[in-house]
Parts: sequence; C-alpha cells; structure tokens
Amino acid sequence: MIKPHQKHSLWLAALVHRVSGIGLALFLPFHFYVLGLALNDTATLDTFLRWTEHPMLKVAEFGLVLFLALHLFGGLRLLALEFMPWNPAQKTFAALAAALSVFIALLFLLKSI
Amino acid sequence: MISQPLRNNAGQFKVSVWRGDGTGGRHVDYDVPGLESQTVLDVVTWIQRHSDPSLSYRFACRVGMCGSCAMMVNGVPRWTCRTHVRNVIKGNVLILEPLRNLPIIKDLACDMSAFFEKWDDAMGRFHPTATRSDDVESIRPGSIGRREADAGIECINCAVCYSACDVVAYKQDYVGPAALNRAWTLVNDVRDAARGARLRVVASDAGCHSCHSHQSCTTWCPNKLNPTASIAGLKRQSALAILTGKISLNDE
Amino acid sequence: MLFLAQRISALIMAPLALVHLVLIVYAVQGGLDAQEILSRTRGSIAWATLYGLFVIAVSVHAAIGLRTIGQEWLKLQGTLLNVLTWGSGLGLLLLGFRAVYAVVAG
Repeated sequence: MIKPHQKHSLWLAALVHRVSGIGLALFLPFHFYVLGLALNDTATLDTFLRWTEHPMLKVAEFGLVLFLALHLFGGLRLLALEFMPWNPAQKTFAALAAALSVFIALLFLLKSI
Repeated sequence: MISQPLRNNAGQFKVSVWRGDGTGGRHVDYDVPGLESQTVLDVVTWIQRHSDPSLSYRFACRVGMCGSCAMMVNGVPRWTCRTHVRNVIKGNVLILEPLRNLPIIKDLACDMSAFFEKWDDAMGRFHPTATRSDDVESIRPGSIGRREADAGIECINCAVCYSACDVVAYKQDYVGPAALNRAWTLVNDVRDAARGARLRVVASDAGCHSCHSHQSCTTWCPNKLNPTASIAGLKRQSALAILTGKISLNDE
Repeated sequence: MLFLAQRISALIMAPLALVHLVLIVYAVQGGLDAQEILSRTRGSIAWATLYGLFVIAVSVHAAIGLRTIGQEWLKLQGTLLNVLTWGSGLGLLLLGFRAVYAVVAG
C-alpha cells in the first residue's frame, strides 16, 4: 500500500500527521457530546467516566492522547518548516516530535493506572 | 543496499519493462546479461539493441547532466544513467516503468508537455527590467536572496520530483515542485520585474499552498536540490504579501 | 486563504492544546470524577474564554483538514465537498460551544 517512492521518514511523518488528525476529528464530536451531558445528565456523565477505568478504555485513551500529541508536535514541526528559515535537520525534528509525543502519552498512561 | 543481481546459469538476471502506450500496456520480462558494473541505462540499451528493437526510451548525454533518461526504477524515479543496477536491484528483479504523473507516449517515454506548461503557469520565466543601455546589475553572490536563488537554479527539468510528488498525483492542477522551485529562484532575483505577479500566481490553489511537505521531491532529486525548502519560502513570502495587503487573491 | 486560516488556527491552538495535554495528564491521576472536574470549571470565565477559543479554532482547523482529505483521498468535489467542510465545521462549533456551556454554566 505504501509505494516505493514513499518509503522515507518524512513521508511517514506526514501520514502520521494526517491519520492522527482524522482520529482526533472523529473523536471530537463524541468528546463534546459527553461533556455536554454535564448540562442535565451528570449521572450518565459519571457512568461514562467510570467506564474509563476499564483497561481497554485506558488503552484507547492512551491512543487519543498519543494522537493529540503527535498532531500537535508534528504540527509545530510543520509550522517551523513553513514559517522559519529552512533547517536541514528535518528528520531530527520529526524524530523529536515523535519521541516527545510517546513520552507524554506514556506519562498519561502510567499516571492513569 | 548494494548487491549483485542473482544470475541464472547463463549469467543473466530478470528485467521487467512496461510496454504499451496511453491506452494501456503490460510488463514484459527480459533476461539481461549481468555485468560487474552496469547502469540501468546500460540495461535498457542492451534490451533495445539485442532483445527487442521496438522498445522506446529516452536518453541523451548518458552522464547525468541532461535528465532525459528519467524513469521509474523499482518504483522510484531516477536517472537511469546514474543508477547502478547493484544499488537498486530488489529480489533479483529490476522493474522499469515510465515516469509517474505524466501521460505515456510509448513504453518508457512519457509526454513532458504538462510539466513544462506548469513551469510556465508558475511564471518560471525571467522578466527583465534593465535595457542594454543600463549598467550591469551588481549582485552580491553572498546576499541572502542570491544564496536562496543559487540553491535552486541547477534544476535541469528532468521531472523526477514531479513524478515523486503525491500532491501532483492527487491534484490535476498542482503546478508541482520543479515549477515552484523555479518560481522561488526568480522571486529571489532582484533583477526580475514580476515578483508581485508571481507571488500571486503561486499563492493560488494550484500553487505552493497545496504542498504538504512530504519532501519526496527533495529525497529523490538527483541534483540534490530542495524544492520543499523553496516552496516553504514561497509560502512565507506569499503569506506575508497577503497579510500586508501587497497582493490580493481576488486580483486577476 | 484556506492555507492561512489553517496555519493561523494552528498557531492559536498550539498553546491551548499544550495546556489541554498538561491538564489531561494532571487530571487523570486518581481517576476521573464529574464533580471534581465540574467544581473547577463551573463559573470560570477563564475556562469559558480559553476553551471557547479552542472550539472556534478546532472547528476551522478540522473542517479545512477534512476538506483536504476529502479532495485528495476521497476525490470529493463541489457540493459533497462543501457539505463535508461546512458540516464538520459547524457541527464541531455547535457541539463544542454546547460542551463549553455545559461545563461552565451547567
């Protein structure tokens, strides 16, 4: 599915950025809906929040936090690429963004269990 | 990875070449003698001379300065004259196809018209300001603008970057990395008269703002140019020009 | 124009998203509880402003991002593409403001 000419790190970084963006865009409506339950159904809100204790949900949350971090730090990398003078260390920046994202997501996971 | 192709008992290896035209085609296999040191151009030439004279392909200088021999080699756009078989052979097969993102004329030769038209669309031409009675413009080679321009002017229009670009593949209108790289060198040329007009053109939907910075163009450019950096420069300059009101996207 | 809107919304969201990440990591400790969360957000102008801004920015950013994906991967054009863009943008804006209102005003 990935073509030979696409097999390089910065293309992968772009794919990660796009996929994480899609994931976040799909999650947001659900996120907003759950928060909206605070309006007149705090009981259901509490039920949802209790569900998040389930291990599978913890993994899912880890994934979401990872997506947010990847998209944010990847996005910062892109903003720097586009609006600051060119820096040849492109792969280094991509690696840094990925590493920072994994760190934060793991921090979240370990603090949440 | 450097490896010699596994040869059969007759010292040959398999080359799968796309044969056909704009209406369609298929891959045809040839057995080519393996040599200690051979380029992909050597291979294509051997096939055409000894195996199948009906094979169509392009080359000219054969020393890496004209860009005519560009084609897809195992899925990656390269200059065949500067690609050694041992550097790209995969699983003992060499797959040769015409450049991606361009219409096919026959076999390995594609129609470069769209590539050059887009060069023009992005205002890749120099617009002079001085006349022969003016003094020669004094350009400092070390000035920022000149260094930016110099970084991109070695482009020989081979279309490797254009073939590697996924936005070109997705978007019919996108002018592509080579055209934008050229536009950037001219935007940085103080002698050029059309800076404003060119920024307006490249800021359009078909221009630099469509680039996603995949950097495939930079990865595969045989001349080691960096169209992504040039396009980033255009993004900066055109955004600045729009925000400061110097150009308006509504102008025509 | 879309390019600028995308980059500007990104710039606005960068610090907001960072704050959100830090808050998430902090808040998740000891489990999530509606009362605990709401006691901090209820009646807070700061919360309303920051997250209200976050909602506007994300609605613009996601709508444009989805538009690009619709064009490139789904080959959408014309009306269908506009429905995707405006639908996602307005949808996120409305649901988002409702969510902010819910946790601030309740």
